[in-house]
Amino acid sequence: LSRDRLDEDTWEEIEDSLITADVGIDATREIVDRLRERTRVLGTRTGDELRALLAAELVNALDPSLDRSLRTAPKEGVPAVVLVVGVNGAGKTTTCGKIARVLVADGRSVLLGAADTFRAAAADQLETWGGRVGAETVRGPEAADPASVAFDAVKRGIDTGVDTVLIDTAGRLQNKVGLMDELGKVKRVVEKHGPIDETLLILDATTGQNGLEQARVFTEAVNVTGVVLTKLDGTAKGGIVIAVQRKLGIPVKLVGLGEGKDDLAPFDPAQFVDALLGTEPLARDA
Amino acid sequence: MFDTLSDRLSGIFTKLRGKGRLTDADIDATAREIRMALLEADVALPVVKGFIANVKERARSAEVSQALNPAQQIVKIVNEELINVLGGEGRRLQFAKNPPTVIMLAGLQGSGKTTLAGKLARWLKSQGHQPLLVAADLQRPNAVGQLQVLGGRAGVEVYAPAPGNGVGDPVQVARDSIEHARRAARDIVIVDTAGRLGIDTEMMQQAANIRDAVQPDEVIFVIDAMVGQDAVRTAEAFRDGVGITGVVLSKLDGDARGGAALSVRQVTGQPILFASTGEKLEDFDVFHPDRMASRILGM
Ligand SMILES: Nc1nc2c(ncn2[C@@H]2O[C@H](COP(=O)(O)OP(=O)(O)OP(=O)(O)O)[C@@H](O)[C@H]2O)c(=O)[nH]1
Ligand SMILES: Nc1nc2c(ncn2[C@@H]2O[C@H](COP(=O)(O)OP(=O)(O)OP(=O)(O)O)[C@@H](O)[C@H]2O)c(=O)[nH]1
Ligand SMILES: [K+]
Ligand SMILES: [Mg+2]
Ligand SMILES: [Mg+2]
Repeated sequence: LSRDRLDEDTWEEIEDSLITADVGIDATREIVDRLRERTRVLGTRTGDELRALLAAELVNALDPSLDRSLRTAPKEGVPAVVLVVGVNGAGKTTTCGKIARVLVADGRSVLLGAADTFRAAAADQLETWGGRVGAETVRGPEAADPASVAFDAVKRGIDTGVDTVLIDTAGRLQNKVGLMDELGKVKRVVEKHGPIDETLLILDATTGQNGLEQARVFTEAVNVTGVVLTKLDGTAKGGIVIAVQRKLGIPVKLVGLGEGKDDLAPFDPAQFVDALLGTEPLARDA
Repeated sequence: MFDTLSDRLSGIFTKLRGKGRLTDADIDATAREIRMALLEADVALPVVKGFIANVKERARSAEVSQALNPAQQIVKIVNEELINVLGGEGRRLQFAKNPPTVIMLAGLQGSGKTTLAGKLARWLKSQGHQPLLVAADLQRPNAVGQLQVLGGRAGVEVYAPAPGNGVGDPVQVARDSIEHARRAARDIVIVDTAGRLGIDTEMMQQAANIRDAVQPDEVIFVIDAMVGQDAVRTAEAFRDGVGITGVVLSKLDGDARGGAALSVRQVTGQPILFASTGEKLEDFDVFHPDRMASRILGM
């Protein structure tokens, strides 16, 4: 075996770059340990080689083989149902609008269900999005039971024969047991019409280590099938999704890149890792 | 989910007990544990580094080596230093000599500005003030309506001459609101602004223009307690872009450790004025540095 030719400062820089991207200590340690092992085996000497190996390690941690497509196609004339969940202010309502936009542009018909009956003007906000992208919005009376609004939205979707129903829910912090129970009820009641096809957890890219707990608890409550990582147009790197992928196996499916209707893109692990590592040289050549 | 710093340190300190004094290696090991705990609490890395350097220096000093129990002395030092950075006693809102006092809110998208506007209005009204809420977020869909609902709940007038959803000039609205406040004898003006990214130069310029138009007594930076390492860059951007006089930490009713408090405090040098602790208008408290220190340390 060749000697480790990369000095400790280089390793510290690598560790620091992952930590400042919110990858978290556990995942960072594991990734760096594997990288040390590989560089020893391969006799890596240069910063460029090291960077390429690190990028490969990170892409690998995100499991590029996963299916990241959204299940939004109707089955036997019954609309696909997508439930959108997450903590307060993460970007749920905006993401509902953007997903609807993609689908409508693809020639599909979409219905929005305003199951956030709690936050001030939440249903108006969703309806504005519906108007922008060409989707009907179903809303209930103020302070209505969110489960019954969601149920009614899916019912209307079935009756009018739309392709996809997107249900926006109120923001809730995952440590609020009552609100998480309420979300579980939304899911159960909607599923009287048939199984939900996709449950998307909206994760704000600025979120730190609490993101893992968000993913864990929301998955427990409503079986999250994919993550949408929002606000990636800012300076935050969103590294917490690496921990979410490693620990819970939930793939990121989409990324939010702005406040406009077209600011949504499929998640591309290699591109994400590139942005996470940034353009600055990772290490000096040894 | 995480081991708390106390758990970790007590692990090291059990080994130390009986030795009576700390070697350099002991201090390094302790520093590593503190570093890890702070990073897991989302304190930003550069802030962690500076903090640890301080703690190490104090840990080497006589106050530790001569202490009866050096272990406890270090925990005490860490806690003290945290409270110190978090702002000691804190401070109250600054009021203008000649009313109206103007409070401008700024921050990233979804951080909790509009909700805080409602909370401040309700709280100030309960103290006998006559606040005016100003709808200067004309960008986010239905932000104006959201503020109107909150104003209604607080029983406070909302100045909303522009419809929003992309229509209207926020700088003009902000400017005109001051004259309106004078006419209507409001003694406090609370200006809600759109969420913006630190790197969005156009939007940061707009924030600076709003600031120049209203000459605020307080520019409050509202930041989500769940935020991670980006807290430093964002706080720097708002500090340099609009100028911050105070900070409010929102969503502290969650279970995030809230290390961003430390980062923001360090970067801006400005006090954390309030804690926002829920979705309802009464979920609002003055900021307690000692409680925040315990929370970050998981104690
Ligand atoms: N820059 C940027 N802003 C975003 C993105 N997605 C959402 N936003 C903004 O973030 C703020 C919150 O978005 P919402 O869609 O209202 O979030 P929400 O999760 O529905 O919020 P609640 O329903 O209140 O919990 C708004 O100002 C959005 O315009 C994104 O990808 N990039
Ligand atoms: N749990 C909790 N939710 C909060 C708190 N403060 C605000 N929220 C919620 O967070 C979400 C975003 O709050 P807003 O006040 O709309 O945030 P904002 O900064 O005005 O958002 P933009 O105008 O889109 O940039 C809403 O769902 C609020 O109800 C808080 O302290 N605790
Ligand atoms: K947020
Ligand atoms: Mg919403
Ligand atoms: Mg707002």
